[in-house]
Amino acid sequence: MSQLPRAVTLAPADHLKVTPPRASRRRARRESTTAWAFISPSVVVILGLSIVPVVWSLLLSFRADDLVTPGRWVGLDNYRALAQDPNFHTAVSNTLVYAALYVPLSLVGGLALALALNRRIKFIGLYRTLIFIPFVVSAAAQGVLFSFILDPEFGVANSLLHKLGISPQGFLSDPGQALFLLVIISLWSGVGFCVIVYLAALQDVPPELVESARLDGAGRWRVLRHITLPTLTPVTVFLVLWQLIAALQVFDLVYVTTKGGPLGSTTVIVYFVWEQAFQMFTAGYGASAAYVLALALLLAGAALHLHRRHQNRTEGAAR
Amino acid sequence: MTTSMAVHEVRQAAAPAATGAVRRRRLPFSAWHLLLAPLSLGFALPLVWLLLSSVMSNAEINRFPPALWPHGIHLDGYRYVLGNAMFPRWFANSFIVAGTAVVSNLLLGALGGYAFARMRFAGSRLLLGLMLATMVIPFQLTMIPTFLVMKELGLIDTLGALIVPSLVTPFAVFLFRQFFLALPREIEEAAWIDGCSRLRVLFSIVMPLARPALATVAVLTFLATWNDLSWPLIAINHDTQYTLQLGLTTFQGLHHTKWSAVMAGNLITVLPVLLAFLLAQKTFIQSLTSSGLKG
Repeated sequence: MSQLPRAVTLAPADHLKVTPPRASRRRARRESTTAWAFISPSVVVILGLSIVPVVWSLLLSFRADDLVTPGRWVGLDNYRALAQDPNFHTAVSNTLVYAALYVPLSLVGGLALALALNRRIKFIGLYRTLIFIPFVVSAAAQGVLFSFILDPEFGVANSLLHKLGISPQGFLSDPGQALFLLVIISLWSGVGFCVIVYLAALQDVPPELVESARLDGAGRWRVLRHITLPTLTPVTVFLVLWQLIAALQVFDLVYVTTKGGPLGSTTVIVYFVWEQAFQMFTAGYGASAAYVLALALLLAGAALHLHRRHQNRTEGAAR
Repeated sequence: MTTSMAVHEVRQAAAPAATGAVRRRRLPFSAWHLLLAPLSLGFALPLVWLLLSSVMSNAEINRFPPALWPHGIHLDGYRYVLGNAMFPRWFANSFIVAGTAVVSNLLLGALGGYAFARMRFAGSRLLLGLMLATMVIPFQLTMIPTFLVMKELGLIDTLGALIVPSLVTPFAVFLFRQFFLALPREIEEAAWIDGCSRLRVLFSIVMPLARPALATVAVLTFLATWNDLSWPLIAINHDTQYTLQLGLTTFQGLHHTKWSAVMAGNLITVLPVLLAFLLAQKTFIQSLTSSGLKG
C-alpha cells in the first residue's frame, strides 16, 4: 500500500482499537463474509482487467500473434526487432520531443496563469472559467475542431495569416509543423489542469510570511522566488510527473488529427502500439513496444514514489 | 457564463494582504484586466469559433478566405447531423455507457471502499495494495489483452465491451475508503448495536454523509468515460455501437467537406460536458484538485 501516493490524510487506526476478546469471534467471521461480498465485484473487475492483461501482454510480447490465428513463441525476437525498427525509433523520438515541450511549457504556463489569476478583482471568476474550460473538452473534439481551424484551404488560421500578409501554411499537413502544433493544441487544453492545481496550492502560501517579507522591503520577485516558489515545490514535482505520464501516453489527439502523419512526423509510441496491434495485426510486436513504454512510465512512477517518501520524511522531521 | 468560480475565495478572504492591498492605482480598474481579459478570451476563442462555424451556411464555410462571422443562423449542419447521420444514436450510446459507469462506480466504489475502511478481513491490506498498484498500469499495456478478454466474453462490438472495464475503478474504491476513514465511527456503531446490517448502515447513514466523495467520483467518472476515444476505437467496429467521440471522429473522416455539419456534431459532443462543467463548476474544480493534490 505504501507504493502509492496517499489520498487525504487519515491513517487507518485499526490497530489502536481494542477488540473485546472471544465475544466477537463469530462476528469476525460473519464480518469477513460481508466484506468479501462488498469487495468482490471490484476485485473481479479491477484485478481481472489489469493483472491478467499485464501478464498476458508480457506473454504476447514473446510471441508472433495476429490475435486471430494461433501464434508462436519467438522469444526476444520482438524486442530485437524493435531495437532495429526505424519507425519505432521515430515514434520514441517524437514522443520524447512532444513530452520535452509539453511538460515544461504546461507547467510554466500554468504557474504564470495561476499567479495572474490569484487575486480578487472583478470578473476573476469568469477569467478562470474561460482559461480552464478547454480542459473538459475531449481530445477527439479538440482534434476535429483544430483540424478545421488549421485546414490549409478552408481553415480560419490561414485566412487570418492572409490578412496579416503571411503566406498560407500547411499546418498539420506539414511534416515540419505538425508535431509542434499538436503540442500547442494539447497546451490549450492541458494548461488548465496545472492552473487549478497551482491556484489551489497558492492558497497554502502562508500570508503572514509574505506580509513580513514585504515589510522587510522584499519586492514582488523576491517574494515569488524565496517564498512562493519553495512552497509550491511539492506540487510542481507532482505536476511534472503527472504531465509527463500524460505526454508519454498521448494518442487520441494524434489519431483524430494526423493519424501519425505526415511522413510519420507525429507517430508517437501509443499510436505505434495501436497500429501494430489493430491495423497491422502484429499484436506480439505491439505488446513488446507497449512494454518498453511501460518500463519508462514505471521509472517515472518510482521517481514520484521516492520523492514523496523523501518529502514526507522531511516534513515529518520538521514538525 | 456568469457563475463565479468561488473555490478559493473563502481562504483568500482571510488573507487580503496577500494580493496587492498596498498597490497604488492609476487606472479606474485593476491593470490585471488588461492582461487577463484578452488572455482568457484567447482561450475561449476556438470554442467560440466552434459555435459560430456550426451555424454557418455551406457557402460561407467553404469560401476562401472563410467568413469570420455568420450572416444569420443556418441550422443546416444540425439538421444534417440529427437527421441523416447517426448522432442521436451515438449520443444515446455515450449516455448509456457514461451513465452506467457513473452509477456503478458510485455503488461498487462505495461498497468496496466501505469494506476496506471499516471491516477486518484476511488479506485486506494485500488486496488494497494490489488494487492501488493497478492505477499505475498504463492503458496501452492492457489494451490488447483486454480486447482479447472482451472477445472471449463475446462483448466486442457491443456497449458491454465499453461498460465492463469501466464498472469500477481503483480510484473510486480508494477515494471512498479515504473518505469513510475520515468519518467518525460513533454514528455507525450506534446503528450496529441497534442491529442494523452493514448494508443498511452504509446506505442509510454513511452515504448521505459522503456527498463530496460521491460528487468527486461521479464527476471524474463521467468526464473520463464520456471523453474516451481510444478504447471505443478498439472495441467497437459497427457504427450502431459507436460512442459520440468515435462517431464524431469517423464522421469527420467521411464528410471532410461538410464542415458546418462536422462542427454541429462536434458541438453536440462537447455540449454535455460543457454544461455539466458550467453548472457544477465548484464540484469539478474541487474534484480535480483533490485528485491532483492528494490522490
